[in-house]
Amino acid sequence: MHALVIGCGRVGSAVAQRLAAEGWSVAVVDEAAEAFGRLDEGFPGQTFQGHALDQDVMRAAGVEAADACVVATNGDNTNLLVAQIVDRKFGVPYVVVRVLDPVRAAFYTSLGLNVVCPTAGAIDSLAGAVLARSEAVSG
Amino acid sequence: MYILIAGGGKIGRTCATRLVARGQEVTVIEQDPARYAILEEELEHVAQYGDATEIHVLERCGIRRADLVVAVTGDDEDNAIVCQVARERYGIGKVIARVNDPRNQEAFDLLGIAPTVSPTTSVMALIEHELPEHELVSLLLLRREGLEIAEVQIAPASPAAGRAVRDINLPAGVRLISVMSGGEAEIAVGDTVLEPGDKVLAILKPGLEDLLRETLLGARTVRR
Repeated sequence: MHALVIGCGRVGSAVAQRLAAEGWSVAVVDEAAEAFGRLDEGFPGQTFQGHALDQDVMRAAGVEAADACVVATNGDNTNLLVAQIVDRKFGVPYVVVRVLDPVRAAFYTSLGLNVVCPTAGAIDSLAGAVLARSEAVSG
Repeated sequence: MYILIAGGGKIGRTCATRLVARGQEVTVIEQDPARYAILEEELEHVAQYGDATEIHVLERCGIRRADLVVAVTGDDEDNAIVCQVARERYGIGKVIARVNDPRNQEAFDLLGIAPTVSPTTSVMALIEHELPEHELVSLLLLRREGLEIAEVQIAPASPAAGRAVRDINLPAGVRLISVMSGGEAEIAVGDTVLEPGDKVLAILKPGLEDLLRETLLGARTVRR
């Protein structure tokens, strides 16, 4: 199985390593070469420096043969645009995209994208922790 | 008519100023504090501070009642998302997007965002048009029709030189419109003969440029 990981930040680099550890062939794309420094020394996948809207870069990274694509750069709008292109133009069977803004995340989920919103998770956890604590104290 | 403009740089600011002068209702959204300060001084409440890709900013600026949304920031991803949200979330029928990097045009096409304006592409086409020796220049893209108008200059060695239009085996999807010869243009008909130096306008389906070039000019020559 071949996966593309777009964006090699804290999230993208860790996702790439997790997939590689599970035996996937992984190609990581990032605009900044120094971002690949986040990958472990023995990372078995490939790295491609360039922008994910550059189709030459995406083809080199094997987008046409990819089984899945994880889009997790630090820009919500870049992620949303790239995810839709990977889906519509290259027909990658499974595309999952990170969106930090919960409102945009909800809207693009309604359009049919597979959106993961860590902020929404954080809101639930933080509010939930306080509410659970107050229930425990008062209850 | 209420017009919402995302991006208060040179393009956004000038459009807003002119529209206000014509009595139109306009809001221009800018996220850079320094740029916003300049805008606000000039346009007062017409300028709004914020990230136009954030839905609460769009709503504060009244996107629900906008008739036209124009995305002219310096960031293509932002422009694409503003237009997509405007159209698909708020049902805005008319959007206009700026494409900063012509290589991103296909991304806008894939999302169905039209019309788009690319200053780089326009300037480049005009420059090519002015070059004394040009082969094929795309002059106008009729995006809605899916057609393009291009100009080809016939060279002495071109296979089409000295031949009448009816004797030229044009590819399907290409028609010649007119021939400019010695400063005068004629509608291209079957009898029209193409001479070296003539500038021929053609209408064609985008993607057939190379075929048209080959038919009229022969195999591509290396320009020195």
